[in-house]
Amino acid sequence: MRENLHRFFRAARGAGVHVSPAESIDAMRAVSQVGFSDRTVLRDALLLTLAKSQDEKLALGDCFDLFFGQPEPRQDQPEINSDASQDADHSDQSGSASEAGEGQPPEGLGPLAQMLLSQDRNAISAAIASASGAASLSDIRYSTQRGIFSSRILDAMGLQRLRDELDELTATNPALAERLRAALDALREAVRDTVSQGLALYAREEAENLRNEILRNAPLARIERRQVAEMRALIRRIAQRLRERYSKPRKRQRRGHLDVRRTLRRNAAWGGIPFLTAWKRKHRDRPKIVALCDVSGSVAQVSDFFLLLIHSLHEVVDDVRSFAFSSHTIEVSEILEKKSPEEAMAEIMSKVGFGSSDYGSSLVDFEKDFMSTLTPQTTVIVLGDARSNNLDPRADILRRISERSKRLVWLNPEGRLAWGFGDSEMPRYATFCSVVRQCATAQQLERAVSDIVATYQ
Amino acid sequence: MAEQKPSTAIEAVESGLAAQGYIASRQIATAVYLSQQIEKPILVEGPAGVGKTELAKAIAAWRGKKMIRLQCYEGLDEAKALYEWKYAKQLLYTQILKDKLGEVLGGAQTLHAALDQLHDFGDVFFSKEFVEPRPLLQALEQPGGCVLLIDEIDKSDAEFESLLLEILSDFQVTIPELGTVSAITPPTVILTSNSERDLGDALKRRCLHLHIGFPEQRLEERIVESRVPNISQTLRRQMVGFIHEIRSLDLKKLPSVSETIDWARVLVLLQASELDTEIVKDTLNVLLKYEADIEAATPQVTTFIAKAARSNVFG
Repeated sequence: MRENLHRFFRAARGAGVHVSPAESIDAMRAVSQVGFSDRTVLRDALLLTLAKSQDEKLALGDCFDLFFGQPEPRQDQPEINSDASQDADHSDQSGSASEAGEGQPPEGLGPLAQMLLSQDRNAISAAIASASGAASLSDIRYSTQRGIFSSRILDAMGLQRLRDELDELTATNPALAERLRAALDALREAVRDTVSQGLALYAREEAENLRNEILRNAPLARIERRQVAEMRALIRRIAQRLRERYSKPRKRQRRGHLDVRRTLRRNAAWGGIPFLTAWKRKHRDRPKIVALCDVSGSVAQVSDFFLLLIHSLHEVVDDVRSFAFSSHTIEVSEILEKKSPEEAMAEIMSKVGFGSSDYGSSLVDFEKDFMSTLTPQTTVIVLGDARSNNLDPRADILRRISERSKRLVWLNPEGRLAWGFGDSEMPRYATFCSVVRQCATAQQLERAVSDIVATYQ
Repeated sequence: MAEQKPSTAIEAVESGLAAQGYIASRQIATAVYLSQQIEKPILVEGPAGVGKTELAKAIAAWRGKKMIRLQCYEGLDEAKALYEWKYAKQLLYTQILKDKLGEVLGGAQTLHAALDQLHDFGDVFFSKEFVEPRPLLQALEQPGGCVLLIDEIDKSDAEFESLLLEILSDFQVTIPELGTVSAITPPTVILTSNSERDLGDALKRRCLHLHIGFPEQRLEERIVESRVPNISQTLRRQMVGFIHEIRSLDLKKLPSVSETIDWARVLVLLQASELDTEIVKDTLNVLLKYEADIEAATPQVTTFIAKAARSNVFG
């Protein structure tokens, strides 16, 4: 049973629950207390010891149901296994047990054949489970491995011997051979199901990692429609990570500057004799962000993900105001706060999206209506490809924006090579920006936002 | 206890807590049972007012143990949570013992000799008598064990969390001047959190994690029954059904169990025999704590009452 629990821990890790060795020890202790007899209690015990948040509880609950949904191997599994590998000298025993089920299986057959003919479901599923243990099914990683694992399991169950016997029987007892063949087909199916289940349980982690890795490095502007939902989930995870990293307010003591007032107050009990000293602390602002996003055709998708990321950072960022533009600028903060990401984006697009971009007039709009949102603590992030269709770029407004704010960061989804070619105004804008960086993939997006937030720490 | 079958032991926990007026779900009972068996603290998370603090009180009452409560807040530190030196007492004693000290040191010729003699006395002023135990140390020093409730741990600073780690995993604290103080009887530790911030992994790892959500309708009816015994069965069903409908709305603060109980009391006080639109609208402020929520819920009241009444007939 311990082996089973270990496999369950691996499956749990695959389902995205962090199970550390210490936690698995706790779970073992808990299980040894409650035992296996009552499944709901066992489920509760594992949920209590392993899962550490509501999401994890859900994931682990599903994993538990899937895992323990398969037939549990029974106590006598090692014997069956060794039976299968040995010669059939135990066949008298198992034969006598199976006689009740089905006519009279002829003597001299291997244990697997006996088992199949007797139609003893429990014994068969137990044998499958122990054979999948022997074939280390928990190592399965890719769906392409299904075939090899199936055949390994069947081999471990003694398929070879069964085949020989089948050949023999076809000559001597065709009717029995027919029955055996049908049973073998059913067995193959059962094994295939077991392997599929194993794949669902154990390969999740690897497959997920691989998929995420690909997704992280895929260009945001060109991802396929079916991947959008996955990408949103990925962005949410990135936001979660950033939140965890930056949400704790950091107080850093600055040694060297005595805080006289606090020192005196703290030492009032000692008659003002400074036993304990208090040092001045540096107050750190939470980031204030003004995001200006190009939502014209070429950049819309990237802006979408960027806005999603920025607006899921509530704990980290004090104040976000977002503006979207293609040929004129509107504020979109409220839309993003109130609606689900999909609806919000659809609304923004219907208002300003998909026009041909005009950076000049958009900047004029911004200066006219929203310049007052900028304070010396604000980081302004502009996301766009700076392709202004050869219209006046109005870089002077960008200069004024940069002067009024703490930092001006430009994120450009295009590669550096393309900057300055065609109608790209990037080099002209770049002179007024504190940082210009490429931002085409989720990974680059994460780094960019992380850097921006880190400057406030 | 140990020889009992786990399922019967868990039922014993359930009935024990029920005797104290705390109706626990199976999961809560399992958590309490396990925490006792493998000596681990329970970290209880969930929305406000679902009975997280109440659970600790019920356990303490059921086992007949003392409950020590540590309310966490921002800026809580070692001196307030763990122990403090009784500085005034130390000062007073040095004054009183001044003459005595003079006698002791009288024989010494040089400063060195005097110091050596002082060393022989050891750290008189930094001994147990001068330690003021705060909740955490008190909990360890209870000879019969106790229930230690660390309430709203998410309100405290991250540093305080690290301070707790030693207590939670080994039931001991280290005081530099005195050495390590281990628990005489390991206390039952309950931590509660409203998930205002994410707790550290190190802390979570040391605890059983129990999430108490809003209870199911049946369970909530039983809770109301045990807390407000003089409410009629029809009214109880209706009001719990109504609250479950309210919880399906998108509100700022959903009514939780404590609000249900308050409301039941109010309804009993007003001698209502069943829910009607009038009385619900008048008492909605017991359930909902924001003006915006009340505004959002008011138009739905009639439909919800009808639904609750209908489910009453069939369920």
